[in-house]
Amino acid sequence: MGGHDMNSEWMAVCKLGDIVPDTGVCALVDGEQVAVFRVGEGELYAIANVDPHSQAAVLSRGLVGNLGERVVVASPIYKQHFDLRSGECLESPEHAVRTWQVRLQDEHVWVRRDSR
Amino acid sequence: MALKLVVIGNGMVGHKLLEELAALRLQELEITVLCEESRPAYDRVHLSAFFAGKSAEELSLVAPGFFEQPGLHLRLATRAARIDRALKRVTTADGEVIPYDKLVLATGSKPFVPPIPGHDRPGCLVYRTLDDLGALTQWGARSRRGVVVGGGLLGLECAKALRDMGLETHVVEFAPRLMAVQVDDIGGQMLRRAIEDLGLTVHTGKNTQAIVDGESARHRMAFADGSHLETDLIVFSAGIRPRDELAHQSELGVGQRGGIMVDNFCRTRDPDVYAIGECAQWGGKIFGLVAPGYDMARVVANHLHALLTRTQAPSLPEFAGADMSTKLKLMGVDVASIGDAHGATPGSRSYQFSDERRQVYKKLVVSGDGKRLLGGVLVGDAAEYGTLLQMMLNGLELPEAPEFLILPSSDGQAKTGLSVDALPASAQICSCNNVSKGQLCEAVAAGATSIGALKAATRAGTTCGGCVPLATQIMKAEMKRQGLAVNNHLCEHFAYSRQELYHLVRVERVRRFDELLQRHGNGLGCDICKPTVASILASCWNEFVLQKEHASLQDSNDYFLANIQKDGSYSVVPRMPGGEVTPEGLIAVGQVAKKYGLYTKITGGQRVDMFGARLEQLPLIWEELIAAGFESGHAYGKSLRTVKSCVGSTWCRYGVQDSVGTAIDLEHRYKGLRSPHKLKFAVSGCARECAEAQGKDVGVIATEKGWNLYVCGNGGMKPRHAELLAGDLDTATLVRYIDRFLMFYIRTADRLQRTSVWRDNLEGGMDYLRSVIIDDRLGLAAELEAQMKRVVDTYECEWKRAVTDPQTRRRFRHFVNSEAGDDNVVFVPERGQVRPATAEEKRSRHGRIPVKVLAE
Repeated sequence: MGGHDMNSEWMAVCKLGDIVPDTGVCALVDGEQVAVFRVGEGELYAIANVDPHSQAAVLSRGLVGNLGERVVVASPIYKQHFDLRSGECLESPEHAVRTWQVRLQDEHVWVRRDSR
Repeated sequence: MALKLVVIGNGMVGHKLLEELAALRLQELEITVLCEESRPAYDRVHLSAFFAGKSAEELSLVAPGFFEQPGLHLRLATRAARIDRALKRVTTADGEVIPYDKLVLATGSKPFVPPIPGHDRPGCLVYRTLDDLGALTQWGARSRRGVVVGGGLLGLECAKALRDMGLETHVVEFAPRLMAVQVDDIGGQMLRRAIEDLGLTVHTGKNTQAIVDGESARHRMAFADGSHLETDLIVFSAGIRPRDELAHQSELGVGQRGGIMVDNFCRTRDPDVYAIGECAQWGGKIFGLVAPGYDMARVVANHLHALLTRTQAPSLPEFAGADMSTKLKLMGVDVASIGDAHGATPGSRSYQFSDERRQVYKKLVVSGDGKRLLGGVLVGDAAEYGTLLQMMLNGLELPEAPEFLILPSSDGQAKTGLSVDALPASAQICSCNNVSKGQLCEAVAAGATSIGALKAATRAGTTCGGCVPLATQIMKAEMKRQGLAVNNHLCEHFAYSRQELYHLVRVERVRRFDELLQRHGNGLGCDICKPTVASILASCWNEFVLQKEHASLQDSNDYFLANIQKDGSYSVVPRMPGGEVTPEGLIAVGQVAKKYGLYTKITGGQRVDMFGARLEQLPLIWEELIAAGFESGHAYGKSLRTVKSCVGSTWCRYGVQDSVGTAIDLEHRYKGLRSPHKLKFAVSGCARECAEAQGKDVGVIATEKGWNLYVCGNGGMKPRHAELLAGDLDTATLVRYIDRFLMFYIRTADRLQRTSVWRDNLEGGMDYLRSVIIDDRLGLAAELEAQMKRVVDTYECEWKRAVTDPQTRRRFRHFVNSEAGDDNVVFVPERGQVRPATAEEKRSRHGRIPVKVLAE
């Protein structure tokens, strides 16, 4: 895929079937690690993969669930929760992670850098 | 001038006085304590625990730093030889003279040794102090058979000690039954049978006339009926006599049958001299239990306090006698005696229930009008003790049909018994530490909402522990009353505790998280409920944890079957059952570690941990380990980790059983079992305990006759010694008990609750656990064993399954869209191996040196 303007180009990273429902995978997008989550059958979220508390690239391996209204992933290292929609860390908001845009098209999962 | 107080004796009661005085924070008081023994106060009530593995230090009653308090002087190994009341001074055996203003005698008692010819032969001992235990240990090691003279409470405790030492143990009693004071004829017979079933021999109605040289053993005891018994060791435990020699010498007034006579303030005829505990006689009685002694200590402390502060106390506490009801466990047999156990009150009536098969006997003695409980006897099962005692002490009205208080209920459910609401606030719940229901409720209101916190706040249940079930009941009732009901819901997705979820899964045969969530929960689930339910499902049905419907529930460690490390790399631990490994196995592990550049370390659980594996390397590493014959070590799971062992009788000079063989068998049996938290076992081949089994969830220690089973120990943050569940088990029984224990724990524990914490929160404590595991009180044993059998029979190595399952295997790569590895995992060399690079080291490796902006 790749384009000149990385902020606007979508990139297909895998098939939907490559992600076990209610888990995540890590995709390499323009040299960056992106954690892509599949919640239920077809709901998708993408955030940066590096856990800001441990600096380990592991968020895609966390457990997915909800806390109240928020859909979250728990970091496997120290168990902080990250809001999959906003990237906010529930336990320490100063440790937010970047979010990525994600969509499903033709059974493929597409990711794009969030311009926000 | 400070008041000079001299306390003679630092036994349990003497020490209680010091604690009470310290708690009152009295200034102007100089206390000198003369202690005849070489160590300060220790727990004589639990002396036989010494032979079940408790150390002298653990029996100590002295809080750290207690005797460093100002104004408190402890003189160990110092015997008071005489009292000069005219000059108010005490002379020690060494001739030192210590003046006093006030004197407290807390000299306790000594064992009564009947004046039988030959009673002083070598190898004829008594059982009261730790020094006595030392002598008993020495003689015991040289003896095959031991006799205890005296079948009372202390005698049977002592018989337990002999049995724990591995001696063939006999009890010789003069009276026609055991525990003649506390229980009646039928109770005595039931107790005798239960004790004989444990391998002891009981001789009642035997009057020993002489002890002479034996033919096949050291001694021969000749009885009045012409029979005799040969033995290597004799322990006299035929009652106690007050230590009142000093009172005799100083003419303080001693009762005809011994004991220093005291008034309601525990003062002797000299107002400056008090006597407390077993050396004192009040109202013609000597109180041979610790609770009345503690009461006396409190009375004297308050009296001294009033004296020192010169307060006019209108109502100082007075000693008013004591209820001599007791409950104890003799070699696993519950025995309790309440109030008028023999029905001596005129007009009283009794109810009796006996079950010879289960060896249970219960009796109630009620008033003539049937309204009040006067007393009772419980043998074999004393679960009702707390309820009955409170009913008697508080004069509560009996229900219409009192027999149901002791009859087993037909549905196996616990009886409703006493409603704690019926108890007045003044009801004494803990007699050892004089804690009332009102005080417990106050502590609950102040925030003590677990039994551990309640014990710490009030000291209730910290001495004999007999009141813990009742105290727990009161705590719960009070929490409910105050609207404090603890929310034990697992998380926001399930309004159930882990135990309730477990039952739902079993009863409704739920196989999947989705199903459970749909029926009984809400939302998506979270990192609390998902792994918890995954563990419950695995314990119940034992399906492959990574199959599609379970995979998303697993914590990262379980999801990748390895232990995640701080940098996102993993460690790998192949199983080495019992810590046994062949040279070939060790070489294979070494070759794998070398090939993949892994850091290797020996774990505390006697196996090898290999660190620094990248996600994508895990299946490759495991293919090689499996080819070399290894299986998953489950180091990543909340499941059985290892069974540590010492080398045992195969090689060791001291070993008495094959600890390695048993450890390997146990590890193979329980490997892969999912549980609320990790489980660690150990097996030691002899009492030297080199495998440190008493620090494990399940600890097995070899004896000459089989295995002692310890449970609920823990190392780690809050170390806790394991407790003896059962002794001298054959291997089949050992395995059966462990099956039941583990499944009962899995069934009832909270999430991430180790067995030690589970045990501390178990109502009824060890007695209850024994009744469930050994006596099958809940009728669950067969079911628990069947559940374990299912797990054992369906075991498969998760790694073998994972590497051969393409679906699972595909997940083991870092990027879903690239074969590259995680460039964030970086190692640097250290001591000949690798370690994760620090953030600083990673930056310099990448050459990402921060740009320096120079100020213009």
